[in-house]
Amino acid sequence: MTVQTERPPSGPVDAVDKAESGSAGPRPRAAARAGALTPYLLLLPACAATVLLLGWPLVKDILLSFQNLNMAQLIQHVTEWNGIDNYKEVLTGEDFWRVTLRSILFTAVNVALTMVLGALVGLLLARLGRRMRVMLLVGLVLAWAMPVVAATTVYQWLFAQRFGVVNWVLDKLGWHSMADYSWTSSQMSTFFVVTVLIVWQSIPFVAINLYAATTTIPGELYEAAALDGAGAWKSFTTVTLPFLRPFLYATTFLEIIWIFKAFVQVFTINGGGPDRLTEILPVYAYIEGVGNQHYGMGAAIAVLTILILLGLTAYYLRIVLKQEEEEV
Amino acid sequence: MKRSLFGRLWPNVTAVVLFIGFVFPVYWMFATAFKPTGDIISEDPVWFPTDVTFEHFKRATGVDHFWTYVSNSLIVTLCAVTLALVVALAGSFALARMRFKGRRGFVIGFMMAQMAPWEVMIIAMYMIVRDASMLNSLVPLTVFYMMMILPFTILTLRGFVAAVPRDLEEAAMVDGCTRAQAFRKVILPLLAPGLMSTSLFGFITAWNEFPLVLVLNKEAEAQTLPLWLSSFQTAFGNDWGATMAASSLFAIPILILFVFLQRRAVSGLTAGAVKG
Repeated sequence: MTVQTERPPSGPVDAVDKAESGSAGPRPRAAARAGALTPYLLLLPACAATVLLLGWPLVKDILLSFQNLNMAQLIQHVTEWNGIDNYKEVLTGEDFWRVTLRSILFTAVNVALTMVLGALVGLLLARLGRRMRVMLLVGLVLAWAMPVVAATTVYQWLFAQRFGVVNWVLDKLGWHSMADYSWTSSQMSTFFVVTVLIVWQSIPFVAINLYAATTTIPGELYEAAALDGAGAWKSFTTVTLPFLRPFLYATTFLEIIWIFKAFVQVFTINGGGPDRLTEILPVYAYIEGVGNQHYGMGAAIAVLTILILLGLTAYYLRIVLKQEEEEV
Repeated sequence: MKRSLFGRLWPNVTAVVLFIGFVFPVYWMFATAFKPTGDIISEDPVWFPTDVTFEHFKRATGVDHFWTYVSNSLIVTLCAVTLALVVALAGSFALARMRFKGRRGFVIGFMMAQMAPWEVMIIAMYMIVRDASMLNSLVPLTVFYMMMILPFTILTLRGFVAAVPRDLEEAAMVDGCTRAQAFRKVILPLLAPGLMSTSLFGFITAWNEFPLVLVLNKEAEAQTLPLWLSSFQTAFGNDWGATMAASSLFAIPILILFVFLQRRAVSGLTAGAVKG
């Protein structure tokens, strides 16, 4: 929920630490050793939980992906290893590639819309007067805070075939064929609803973070730019944009991750339908695995999905890790 | 530098349009929930409800097991958040204040854990829970929710702990406190806002979680509110009044918490995290 990918506040901490460990000289050795263990003991519960509750499911997922595990095996509790058969079947089938392409396009469109519109709203926030800004912030926060399942239900109502507000407005605007339009009847219109929903809920995060970032730009930079004769556009490209670049990178990266695995929105709007045409990878893994009870296949799709996600974010991940290594 | 009338006008006009766009779905949810059915299924929408009815709320909460869902949701969410806070507080203190080998590795590890694709791992989690014969129980839900919010909690709290001036802690230790006492008496009170906003986001995540409970708990006794809400369309058909009443009930606690703590939360997020 946060841009926790940038530099953490550290800094003078390290220097003080050194001084402290230096003055700890006369302490008995056993106590010093216990002191050296303290951070690890403090981290132990968190690490144990991570290994047990995150690491194990990950490993289990990989193990399952090499098993022939369907309804029969599930009920009888038998483990049948079948090597890379699941992967072979998934990767040679047409479905997986179609869903992958669809997921990537879906993510690209949604992230692009969210970032462009979110950045514009963020810049608008910086330009508004106080009263208008607070008003718009309240609106943004409301949309941001809406629980996803509730928001999805509301969008189903907004886009309902009968008595839905959207169809009524379109009809009144002169598009009469939309008066009784069923938005979930075709692939594109279902994706349209999902996209509006996701963009509506994602813009506030981008806009508010970006606005917060603009408030940290020192005013002198603009003065200096103005002295150099820069106009509004020039000072935007030479001061604002370079300053905001790290935020834009970080938020884009997070949005890619969040939108790529937008299971709840797609699943609850129309269950991946019509005709499984709006399944994106997480939904596809769920429907193949749990829905059709091909658990091994589902696990293989899940592993591949995670690999694709890693691939999509690898570039940014590398920057973040490098930064973290330099700074921690 | 005076701006033209148009230059002063368009940001405000855009802001109003955007405000309406962002608020309308939320408004429409509440408006529909309170409108009599006749106003909901009318050829022209009734924009401002004049007759208020609680009929829909009665139907929505009259569903079998409703109070079970409520208490399940509350138990799971509150336990997960509390557990995560306790575990994270210890870890974040070590990461923010102590110097030891491998600290960087721990931070990177939690950053990776924060991006875990939970939605994709539900099959493996289902198998693990089933093999432990714990399906239809609140315990696996609680511990997995705890894990979902733990990395975020640690990383955010680390920022808050680091922001507490070190001098205060040292002063307490000079005055004879042990490190643990200094932590309890000096740092913890100063961390209260950080703990609040961090737990708020943990609460929202756990309260909203849907895919895992969908797969793990098929029996009504162990289900939570998101399932109750998502099953409405199928169970009630086109009863939009009751559906919107249910959505409203589900969203209200989160909206109140969020708006109430919004400023603190956002400044906490930006102070703890967004440092460019």
